[in-house]
Amino acid sequence: MFTVAKKEISTYFKSPIAYILIGLFMLMISIMFYTPFSIGSGDFMPVLQNMGFFLIFLVPIMTMRILAEDRKNGTEVLLLTSPTSLTQIILGKFLAMYFVFLVITILSMIYPIINFAYGGVFTVQLVGGYIGFLLLGASFVAIGVFASAVTENQIVAAIISFVTLLIMWMADAFSTQVGGIIGTIMGWISLLSRYDIFTKGILGLPEIAYFILFTGLFIFLTIRVIERRRWIQG
Amino acid sequence: MIEIQNLTKKYGQIVAVNNISFNVNKGEIVGFLGPNGAGKSTTMNIITGYLPSTAGTVKVDGYDIMTHPAEVKKRIGYLPEAPPLYRDMTVTEYLKFVSNLNNVPKKNQKGQMADIMELVGLTDHRKRLINNLSKGYRQRVGLAQALIGNPEVLILDEPTVGLDPRQIIEIRRVIKALSQERTIILSSHILPEVSAICERVVIINKGIIAAEDTPERLSQGLDKALKLSLTIAGPKDSIIKAVKKIDGIKYMEASGKAGENAYKYILEGLSEEDIREKIFFAMAENGWPVLEMKPSVKTLEDIFISVVTKGQEVQ
Repeated sequence: MFTVAKKEISTYFKSPIAYILIGLFMLMISIMFYTPFSIGSGDFMPVLQNMGFFLIFLVPIMTMRILAEDRKNGTEVLLLTSPTSLTQIILGKFLAMYFVFLVITILSMIYPIINFAYGGVFTVQLVGGYIGFLLLGASFVAIGVFASAVTENQIVAAIISFVTLLIMWMADAFSTQVGGIIGTIMGWISLLSRYDIFTKGILGLPEIAYFILFTGLFIFLTIRVIERRRWIQG
Repeated sequence: MIEIQNLTKKYGQIVAVNNISFNVNKGEIVGFLGPNGAGKSTTMNIITGYLPSTAGTVKVDGYDIMTHPAEVKKRIGYLPEAPPLYRDMTVTEYLKFVSNLNNVPKKNQKGQMADIMELVGLTDHRKRLINNLSKGYRQRVGLAQALIGNPEVLILDEPTVGLDPRQIIEIRRVIKALSQERTIILSSHILPEVSAICERVVIINKGIIAAEDTPERLSQGLDKALKLSLTIAGPKDSIIKAVKKIDGIKYMEASGKAGENAYKYILEGLSEEDIREKIFFAMAENGWPVLEMKPSVKTLEDIFISVVTKGQEVQ
């Protein structure tokens, strides 16, 4: 598991993609951060909420190659015929992606620190918000890894995860508008409404459980998809 | 060591491997021969646990691939048709990753990698990016990868493809050396290769086993009658007449000119009886020098084609 994770992490930081993504993300946060900061507002929470939204664009690009590339290059054979089990391989891949996400998260903490330096106040919301952000990231990464397992085309993988994340992001708005069964289902998959709770500084146990289960479900589905494909194709 | 029983693999309606069974004994080196699309790679993919079979069992060292995949995978080193390489890694990084995947203990890794790189001739290239290596060297990295973890069984899918003639000879030597302590299945459509290294040949065509034997017995078994190719100087028609007087000749005919006054002939006997001496003296009597005389042995090529086409006739 850690073998695969280590290898993937080193692949990421050897290629330009990690740096481009991190750079872009930091640029977006900077812009979001600067406007309120320049007028003297020390509230970081709106920025944190927007960071969640940026993840919709960031994660698909980050995760698109993680499994699709192995399939395309034939290195999948190496992994699947090694004594390392498929579950360990997928968990390793997920952990690697989550590590890259963690790096981005840690880098983003520069902004609250700047806030403190200029008299910002340390709030419970900030801690809650970051915990929520970490959980949100886990479920996003899991969806991205899943999308990468569905296809051997990286672009297709990126589009699948982007659309999926976007729908889940908007599900909250839909559920109140549509109502009925569809509304209820949309409510179930709404990641945003649950993330919002964290940014209010509330650590809800059901919400924490929701994100963890959500992540676990998509990792499980990823394993199933690969397992199934082995049975039906050559 | 490897027991394959009634193995069948279907891709939807297409039957890639149809009910094949064969065993490979410990220490044996078996050649897997067949035209493109015969089911060689599919069979190998199933033995190594990359693909599940539709029906039938594969056992390696007594462990069934379906029920004990980890035990089987531990014992097999696999070089697929396209070497599974990460091009952004150096040779050493890559082999280290494979060592970890195969749970080679940390303290043994360095020594084992050094030995393997020496064996396949990669030592001088160990710090290079795989992306920058030539096809032949990538193939070597693929072979090195299969050897990591010191597996008892090696499955090599066309190991010499894309190599230059010198490298082919070298890789064959390596495989031959490896076969001392290992069980090897090797696929190829290059026939001399199989006859050069393998103790036994399994010919597979359209998903079924068409023939299975040692290369020697396969070449003998096909047609026992003596066959000669000759070059004799002298008048063509008289020579043929003179030779045909000898008992046990089925036919003889000129196959081409071999010089100003000499012709090439092919000759087939009625039985296995060696009539070369008789031919020599018959020619000597008439003063026609025999410039060349050699038995023409059926090559694996001939056998392969006849087995494969026979299969087509049946269908």
